[in-house]
Amino acid sequence: MKVAKDLVAASATPMVLGILAEADSYGYAILRRINELSGGELDWTEGLLYPLLHRLERLGHVESSWQSVAGERRRKYYSVTRSGLAELAEQRRQWATVVDALKEIWNGAGGSPSVALGGFA
Amino acid sequence: MSEDRQDGLEAQFSQWRHYVQRRKELRTSDADELEDHLRGSVDELVGVGLHADEAFLVAVKRMGSLDDLSREFAREHSERLWKQLVLSGDTDGPARDTPRSRRDLFAMIACAAGAALTVKMPEILGKSFEDDPAFYGTNVALLVLPWLAGFLAWRRRASRAVVAVLVGLFAVGAVAANAYPLADESQSLVLTGIHLAIALWFVVGIAYVSDDLRAPRRRMDFVRFTGECFIYYVLIALGGGVLVAFLFGTFAAIGITPDTFVGQWLVPCGAAAASVVAGWLVEAKQSVVENIAPVLTRLFTPLFTAVLLAFLVALAVTSGAIDVEREALILFDLLLVVVLALLLYSISARDPQAPPGLFDKLQLALVVSALVIDVLVLLEITGRITEFGTTPNKAAALGENVILLANLAWSAWLVLGMVRRRTPFAAVERWQTAYLPVFAGWAWVVALVFPPLFGYV
Repeated sequence: MKVAKDLVAASATPMVLGILAEADSYGYAILRRINELSGGELDWTEGLLYPLLHRLERLGHVESSWQSVAGERRRKYYSVTRSGLAELAEQRRQWATVVDALKEIWNGAGGSPSVALGGFA
Repeated sequence: MSEDRQDGLEAQFSQWRHYVQRRKELRTSDADELEDHLRGSVDELVGVGLHADEAFLVAVKRMGSLDDLSREFAREHSERLWKQLVLSGDTDGPARDTPRSRRDLFAMIACAAGAALTVKMPEILGKSFEDDPAFYGTNVALLVLPWLAGFLAWRRRASRAVVAVLVGLFAVGAVAANAYPLADESQSLVLTGIHLAIALWFVVGIAYVSDDLRAPRRRMDFVRFTGECFIYYVLIALGGGVLVAFLFGTFAAIGITPDTFVGQWLVPCGAAAASVVAGWLVEAKQSVVENIAPVLTRLFTPLFTAVLLAFLVALAVTSGAIDVEREALILFDLLLVVVLALLLYSISARDPQAPPGLFDKLQLALVVSALVIDVLVLLEITGRITEFGTTPNKAAALGENVILLANLAWSAWLVLGMVRRRTPFAAVERWQTAYLPVFAGWAWVVALVFPPLFGYV
């Protein structure tokens, strides 16, 4: 089962901000982490991640800095800012509302517990 | 992983980079970021047992098509399609992020204002242009160029030693311009004015390359900078002309003639400030303008070649001697300068790896025909000089001719070797960058040594 594109896009911002809130990171590692967290179910592409990172940077939610690793190679590290953390808190609140509402409906309708939103809870 | 395989992988990476950089939506910094991503992906795949080339293929495939990638980038960075917008506040390269370019802008404004003020300084101190045009003729470069050099040195974070050298050279220039007792109508005055400006431009060059003094690439960058700076300056001057025309027109309509303001403030201050602005523009918008000088070169190399060949044919048919007056000698000097510039700019833009093509042959024809013409001129002029004796003007023009001739002759030899695939292109480039100090040296000699040598004629 792959998660639908729209849902991936909708959850992209809180996902990235959440990962960066854990620790500073760079593009490739962020993608690996998402892969790890979702057991490979979330289909993220570079074309989604990097423009998103740049947008978050433009909005001031993350900051970036170039650091050199292994010889001449340079890597762009991102870290979350104060406004990024505020944004993350706001997104969490909204997601919690959505998840709670969905749970309410599905549990109330007697749906099978196996489709309970374990990933979001 | 074997050495060989590692090299192959690097070649694939550089080819991939080449493809990425052709996309306008993707900046150099984006390419860096994506390359790091690709390398991370390759390393991981190699770690689980794939060969380097297999890993590369898989990693590229995973990244998806560049079309999709750049479309996503374009959506986020729509401003990049308007690269011309000067004040958008971001430029290529990770080192130049937004605050940096804003600081650049302020430094540029400070330096431009400084240049504008300095140009008016002598007048404020009682030396107006009307009273002493000769003073301005020799000193104008000294009043303006230190600001441009200062801006560049600041931008490159030049070391103290370099700054000391810059200050020292400008001081020497000041001595050369003012210490010699040259009469207002002496030949040497004009010579000093021109050559000091050239010498000081090379001092600006030192400021330009101050982050890496020995690198030939940086010197080639300076050559490029010179050309682009010139182009920008001309464009700014055209714009300024339009501004002045409107200023006159609109104020004349209400019965005011602003000629004092325009003549004594707007034009001189604007011209001085424009030199710093032009330098800043080239620095800030490297990716946009890198292409103008080479494009002009491509356009004019065939045309100049045709003109020179036609001239040679006409000369042979009419078998007429070249009438070599002083003006003619200077004209042919300038011709060599143009040919050299055409050569330099096509070198600066040439892909070092590309095989020799038709354009290189055309270039060879251009240089050789210029050389033939110049040798004919030189033969003529040496006869004149031995006959009538020399003057500072003739000596300077002759010296320049010889220097340019030497440069072009050896260039022609190297380009010939390149067309015959004997010498690498890098040799041509190295020769040109190594020769730059010779031009600077000669300019200093004319400015510093000629006046005493010729008894301040």
